[in-house]
Amino acid sequence: MNAKKVLDAKGLACPMPIVKTKKAMNELESGQILEIHATDKGAKNDLAAWAKSGGHELVKHEEENEVLKFWIKKG
Amino acid sequence: MADKKRTTIILFTGDYDKAMAAYIIANGAAAYDHEVTIFHTFWGLNALRKDENIPMKKNFMEKMFGKMMPRGADKMGLSKMNFAGFGPKMIKDVMKKHNAMPLPELIEMAQEQDVKLVACTMTMDLLGLKQEELLDNIEYAGVAAYLADAQEGNVNLFI
Repeated sequence: MNAKKVLDAKGLACPMPIVKTKKAMNELESGQILEIHATDKGAKNDLAAWAKSGGHELVKHEEENEVLKFWIKKG
Repeated sequence: MADKKRTTIILFTGDYDKAMAAYIIANGAAAYDHEVTIFHTFWGLNALRKDENIPMKKNFMEKMFGKMMPRGADKMGLSKMNFAGFGPKMIKDVMKKHNAMPLPELIEMAQEQDVKLVACTMTMDLLGLKQEELLDNIEYAGVAAYLADAQEGNVNLFI
């Protein structure tokens, strides 16, 4: 997947992954994709809810060696 | 863009852990693009105190309050297991291990995210706290200003 930007939020605790995601998202244009790496177990629900509320699309997520990866398309 | 949603929080408590919860919610709400207000009253005002001693003209009671209350967020105690000040040391150690943000940094981040921090002027008078002793860039107001924000609110908490 073609991510415009990769955000490393590994090791960060709530609420930092969301706060950083929002900041990173502000720098993108509509339709561009942000890739996020996180280790906070709550991140999956948090980012899914956040993306939905903000009108973005959670395109894909996967787990790799305890790292949660997300691709969110800016709405 | 549609009207922004709004989160309003009343921070009444002066407990480190509860204030931390309030500020985590506030920062989360700001990231949710809400307009966020934290209205600090009673012991919650201590979260806004600067950590240095600022000499002010005060009467006896005000001086006593000033000395007995924590000077700033970092000096606040825990609501449970405070153990005469040993509890906060333990929890800050654990927080460091888990990469959780300490309260003073959460407050700083809230200000960066344009969370509106409000100090209740009536309780400031009661506790003898002066504007000079509180953080810069905060607002001063009473119940009406709080209600004006809260009645437009989608999330409203009393902590």
